[in-house]
Amino acid sequence: MEVIRDWGLNIKAECGGALSCATCHVYVDKDWMDVVGAPSDEEEDMLDSVGDVRANSRLSCQILMSDALDGLKLTLAPSAAKD
Amino acid sequence: MSTEITTDVVVIGAGPCGLFAAFELGLLDLKCHFIDILDRPGGQCAELYPEKPIYDIPGFPVVTGQDLTDNLMAQIAPFAPEFHFNRMVNSIEKQEDGSFKLATDADEIFHAKVVVIAAGGGSFQPKRPPVENIEAFENKSVFYSVRKMDDFHDQDVVIVGGSDSALDWTLNLQPIVRSLTLVHRRAVFKAAPASVNKMQELVGEGKINFLTGQIGKLDGENGQINHVHLITDAGDLSLPATRLLPFFGLTMKLGPVADWGLELNDNTIKVDTEKFETSVLGIFAIGDINWYPGKLKLILSGFHEAALMARAAKAIVSPGERVVFQYTTSSTKLQKKLGVA
Ligand SMILES: Cc1cc2nc3c(=O)[nH]c(=O)nc-3n(C[C@H](O)[C@H](O)[C@H](O)COP(=O)(O)OP(=O)(O)OC[C@H]3O[C@@H](n4cnc5c(N)ncnc54)[C@H](O)[C@@H]3O)c2cc1C
Ligand code: FES
Repeated sequence: MEVIRDWGLNIKAECGGALSCATCHVYVDKDWMDVVGAPSDEEEDMLDSVGDVRANSRLSCQILMSDALDGLKLTLAPSAAKD
Repeated sequence: MSTEITTDVVVIGAGPCGLFAAFELGLLDLKCHFIDILDRPGGQCAELYPEKPIYDIPGFPVVTGQDLTDNLMAQIAPFAPEFHFNRMVNSIEKQEDGSFKLATDADEIFHAKVVVIAAGGGSFQPKRPPVENIEAFENKSVFYSVRKMDDFHDQDVVIVGGSDSALDWTLNLQPIVRSLTLVHRRAVFKAAPASVNKMQELVGEGKINFLTGQIGKLDGENGQINHVHLITDAGDLSLPATRLLPFFGLTMKLGPVADWGLELNDNTIKVDTEKFETSVLGIFAIGDINWYPGKLKLILSGFHEAALMARAAKAIVSPGERVVFQYTTSSTKLQKKLGVA
């Protein structure tokens, strides 16, 4: 999420990465789903508060960047875009 | 006729920084009224993370968002601040005599000599689900809260969400509606187990429906919905409905703060670092809503800002009165105000 924000993308990420807002919601590219992994239970609970969840939904603040994720492709969910 | 209230200071926002301002203002004998759109004090601490720990409040190795709020409420209790919840401040107008007139969406007028904006990241407002054209139906057939139960009488109601609000309203409305369908993206609910059980009983008895899915699209005209299209694992389906209640929690929107004619810096209000006064004399801004070079959006910064702001506010409310610097530890005058001497 920090990375997304540093790129100056239009992400809300209201709670600054504290897993309390779900406004950093992204869709993970299907080729990357296995590498990124599934959301935690707490993250699933937080995903309840957005209306556009898909099987590849993640809260980007909970994805830890690492070398393994170099090249990761994500799409910002409509619910996470600034209005 | 609107209700009119006259006071020394109106504080907009009862988050942690606003609450502490009532303490600093109280020590200087200034009376405060709080206005907040939420239904309880605490701002982000109470709404976004009541159970999460905070580790950087000076003197508290660890305190939860709710405990910090409760402690602040206890700390300011001697000054008997008054709280007006569930309303939004829409406008602030400067009067000829330098005082301010504030209007809320609950048809009240406040007159104050000083205004303190402690609006944090803005007012909390219901999250709007990302559904095309939903705005066209809002407050006519799509509602984010139940203000009047009567609006739902004999209606075909669809409730969306898995939170306590979604479950509570499912249970409360069921007896008066014509039909009720609860929709949630999964069969796991983050709500009181008793309500979940009760809801499942009603489903078992055939009194309500439960579907796993999400809203795709709304059909209707002139603000009145007639069908809710759902995207479910079993395919798309279209549900006849006359009322929709999405419950996706709250989000912060800057809201009317941006329209009050104050100098802004990218969604925050510019202040000086001596008094934390805005570009309008007599209007101060503290906490997350303000900006100055080096600003950190931390609760402790807001506490400091409140102390300095209070001195400047005192000079406006009681011009010419000398304010002596005193410690609460040693001043019996201050201790009397706190009710401990
Ligand atoms: C998950 C999370 C973790 C955090 N952890 C920490 C931490 O460890 N340490 C730390 O120092 N900070 C932390 N913060 C930040 C901290 O919560 C904020 O700095 C703090 O809440 C700001 O307080 P405030 O009083 O300025 O505003 P807020 O808490 O945002 O309260 C503002 C209030 O004003 C109301 N309001 C706004 N506009 C209007 C209007 N027009 N009419 C009526 N009411 C209005 C809002 O409804 C809200 O209740 C965290 C934040 C989050 C989300
Ligand atoms: S930034 Fe709030 S949950 Fe990720």
